[in-house]
Amino acid sequence: MSVREIFQNMTYGTAPEAPDVAKAWLDAHGRKFDLFINNQWEAPKDATYLTTYAPATTEKLADVADAKAADVSAAYDAARAAFPKWSALSGHTRARFMYAIARNLQKHSRLLAVLESLDNGKTIRETRDLDVPLAARHFYHHAGWAQLMEHELAEYAPVGVVGQIIPWNFPLLMLAWKIAPAIAMGNTVVIKPAPFTPLTALLFAEIVAESGLPPGVINIVTGGDDAGIAITAHTGFDKIAFTGSTNVGKIIRRATAGRGIKLSLELGGKSPFIVFDDADQDAAVEGLVDAIWFNQGQVCCAGSRLLVQESIAEGFYAKVRARMGKLRIGHSLDKSIDIGAIIDPTQRETIEGWVKRGAAEGANVYQPECELPSQGCWFPPTLITNVEPASAIVQEEIFGPVVVAMPFRSHKEAIALANNTRYGLAASVWSENVNLSLDVATKIKAGSVWVNCTNLFDAASGFGGYRESGYGREGGREGLFEYVRPKWQTEKSRTTKNTKDTKKENGHVSAPFPASVTTRTSTSELPSIDRTAKLFIGGKQARPDGNYVRPILNADGSRAGDVGDGNRKDIRDAVEAARSAQESWAGKNGHARAQILYYLAENLSARADEFAKRIAALTGCKLNEGRAEVEQSIERLFTYAAYADKYGGTIQETTLRGIVLGVSEPVGVIGIACPNDAPLLAFVSLTAAAICRGNAVVVIPSERYPLIATDFYQVIETSDVPGGVINIVTGARETLVKTLAEHDHVESVWYFGTQDGVTLVEKASADNMKRTWAEPEGWRDWRDDSQSTGEAILHEAVQVKNIWLPTGE
Amino acid sequence: MTIPDLSAKHTDSRANGTQAAHARNPGMPLDLGWVKAARVNKSAAERRAATMGTRRSVKKDTQAAWLLRAITCIDLTTLSGDDTPSNVQRLCAKARQPVRQEMLDALGVGDLGITTGAVCVYHNRVADAVRALEGTNIPVAAVSTGFPAGLSPLKTRIEEIKASVAAGAKEIDIVISREHAINQNWQALYDEVRQFREACGDAHMKSILATGELPHLRSVMMASLVCMMAGSDFIKTSTGKEPVNATLEVSLVMLRAIRAYQERTGIKVGFKPAGGIRTAKQIMNFQILMKEELGDDWLFPDLFRVGASGLLTDIERQLSHHLTGRYAADYYMPMG
Repeated sequence: MSVREIFQNMTYGTAPEAPDVAKAWLDAHGRKFDLFINNQWEAPKDATYLTTYAPATTEKLADVADAKAADVSAAYDAARAAFPKWSALSGHTRARFMYAIARNLQKHSRLLAVLESLDNGKTIRETRDLDVPLAARHFYHHAGWAQLMEHELAEYAPVGVVGQIIPWNFPLLMLAWKIAPAIAMGNTVVIKPAPFTPLTALLFAEIVAESGLPPGVINIVTGGDDAGIAITAHTGFDKIAFTGSTNVGKIIRRATAGRGIKLSLELGGKSPFIVFDDADQDAAVEGLVDAIWFNQGQVCCAGSRLLVQESIAEGFYAKVRARMGKLRIGHSLDKSIDIGAIIDPTQRETIEGWVKRGAAEGANVYQPECELPSQGCWFPPTLITNVEPASAIVQEEIFGPVVVAMPFRSHKEAIALANNTRYGLAASVWSENVNLSLDVATKIKAGSVWVNCTNLFDAASGFGGYRESGYGREGGREGLFEYVRPKWQTEKSRTTKNTKDTKKENGHVSAPFPASVTTRTSTSELPSIDRTAKLFIGGKQARPDGNYVRPILNADGSRAGDVGDGNRKDIRDAVEAARSAQESWAGKNGHARAQILYYLAENLSARADEFAKRIAALTGCKLNEGRAEVEQSIERLFTYAAYADKYGGTIQETTLRGIVLGVSEPVGVIGIACPNDAPLLAFVSLTAAAICRGNAVVVIPSERYPLIATDFYQVIETSDVPGGVINIVTGARETLVKTLAEHDHVESVWYFGTQDGVTLVEKASADNMKRTWAEPEGWRDWRDDSQSTGEAILHEAVQVKNIWLPTGE
Repeated sequence: MTIPDLSAKHTDSRANGTQAAHARNPGMPLDLGWVKAARVNKSAAERRAATMGTRRSVKKDTQAAWLLRAITCIDLTTLSGDDTPSNVQRLCAKARQPVRQEMLDALGVGDLGITTGAVCVYHNRVADAVRALEGTNIPVAAVSTGFPAGLSPLKTRIEEIKASVAAGAKEIDIVISREHAINQNWQALYDEVRQFREACGDAHMKSILATGELPHLRSVMMASLVCMMAGSDFIKTSTGKEPVNATLEVSLVMLRAIRAYQERTGIKVGFKPAGGIRTAKQIMNFQILMKEELGDDWLFPDLFRVGASGLLTDIERQLSHHLTGRYAADYYMPMG
């Protein structure tokens, strides 16, 4: 078109970013890449390679090694060998290496941006303005954490060697999110990029070498499913971090269950984008563009469920449709496009399948008239209305440029609709009313809530999910905990038992029928009044559903009493009670929760002698040891009463102008299976840690010494604990905890028991991706404050939600 | 107050032009409910404005064409206390021939009669400009109503409009009383602008909001709506004399007001950023903003003007670079 014609019709034309340098870099490598192990290129052992293509043109870009188990193993060995030296470096030294990486990322930023855009098909605008700068920012921020680790995380040590698996939608950025916190905390890594998008990771490998990192600290193994499976199957890794689909996340959780490793999973989403009638609607329309048409909607936290107040819904949809007409689709390197290519034809078919299914279910599918390039893999922006929560396309993650829209009547209904999902990754709330938007932000179950903004990320703000969106955070102080353990844990093998536990052989797990006739009951002439402990559910003592009891014996073999033998229905009832109590308990202010914990301490203290005698009789310890355990339990109640109003969160120092609140929210309903060791102290410590932060609990007390917990009913009853906040079900620990771990309304399970039990709990947790804190009993010393109080424990009682609040009038 | 029928067909017969004729804005009764329902989120507006130039890129022939189009939208302006007939005459000559003819020929547009959109001066220089532009279709715009502060007596301000129209100004750039916008006295603002519009008669009225002196973006949105309801043909950001002039986020808000007004009334109102726009890069960001937020109609001089002086030289240098591949010095470009 001539200047003269354009002068009259004012069209855009094309503005291609030149790929010359990126292609020259590929050519310099002969368009073939090996594995990056020990800062060297290593050919894959079976010499197989896979090909990566440019989605925008289907042109072949390069062959990259297709790693198999043997290659992963070699990479692991390199990382393991590098670990002692790397972890022993001073934080300052690691900070210097990371600073160098950050600087080199910036120096090569355009090459990285062009390469990423070619390999992924996403727009050069996004790689240039978002992916690469955010990746560099992540290394800068975490260079700072390396620098400060010795002071800020003095009680923690690196976990060891970390296996990391990242997806294709943000190849370089996810690499940064994984590697930066890991190496900052002194770990070494083996990372596997996605097979569709390996190239920026390979360029990053050269940046690692350029930055002078010691060999073996960062190892990059390209490959497909085989390599991924090999990482999850390799038992040497101390931690696995995964970003990807919820289904694969579940497979990884099950595969690694019982291994005693740390696991963080950042999974799928179906995030709500909520527009209230007092929103700046034009701003919200642009927000929606960034929410669902950013990166072709191939974003785990994409705002894919549009919820609009009924009074403005039709007008808002019209604005969205008008805006969609302005979106330009095209080659990823064109600087004037909004939507790039879909990663692969298989993904495109999946997206199309969902849209067709929606249409078949009666939904209105709107796609603007837009030119799609003849070559490459494309999908037009799509708005789907006339859908309901019952529609499959409203429930399932589509992972494409498709948004489903529904009206709501009130803010309560908006919250209900927003939370009506198995996921909980992110949410976006649009309203000019600060009361309304903050209220909604605090009530949505999601790890990131953006008020009047969307899809903002920063290294200082932990990103991660609630529910089936996974667990663990990436970024911020909260994200560091994924890559450290308390020092005592790294110094003491999980199978090492406490030598202090002298009474573990005492007690007795009885079958649910009368004690043997040889069991001594009472020596006095006058029979004692029978006390059969029931279960404690919803603030009341409840008869066990099965109507069986178990006799409990003292250490000397005499009969101590009976406890109810709870079953799965009792667990069900207890969870229902906990669930209905939890929200209002969390809604109490910290001061009020603290008062109740102090009251528990007061009432326990009043009966200290009785509890001490009971501990001594049941466990066979000396009376003064029993007294000490009661005293320490009282102290623990004070500790967690103190924390009830001192662990609410932080202000995150992101790059946003405004405020980002890192709110430590309760996890919800926590199931707790107590160890036999320190039966009162462990029970009190765990329960208090959970409830001080607003959780409600279902506790299975020590299986050998459950009477200590049943005696505690009266302490609870006299201490103003609202019904349902603490529920206690006695019985067979492994049977009961299985029901808890499988219960979708239990958000976390804390388990202290056998190795088999750990495996069982972790495996069963995968169904709703609940969090777990499971370890062999006897490992942790409940009497040791450094092991059994403090941030490492509180961390288990909260989940961090980041609320982004831009400011300015 | 009665609403006089101010509707008339606007036709733009200039070679610069152009688009199909569209109706002049007749205004409408003040709708306070609409005004007060305005919502503007500042940080979101900033984000949109900041990414405007990163989402679209205009290069090569397209860039040359767009810059030529931008020239036709310039209100080539001089608003200085030391303006005399001679420098106004020089400016008018530049308006007639904004780019060297051989460059226009080389670009293939030498026969299109490209001129700037208008020449913009103070009242006392209107007659000089009209004389200097005789034989062209370039209109003379006069800043009026006690420009830039707008604090003269109302009667004087209305008389000033009438005097400029009588002297041959085809366009009148009025300034609003910031006091009314700051105190949200929308009825007073409406009444004032309505009277200005009546005084303008057939001359087109551009209402300057002086956004740099308004408290926030929401008040910019509200004042934009009120000025359009009162019959403005254009709304304009700034006098060029405020501490902050035409920013992209302020412009974004005004364009959204224009869009809302069109959605409700069907009437297209023009937009004029002014003040601080000195580079080709800047004006292209404005053009992208116009195209994205409003559409192609708003890239032509009947709906888009930019108040500037130095901008033209920078555009000429870019055009020269486009033609020669060499970076040009400003002294190769004739002064305006």
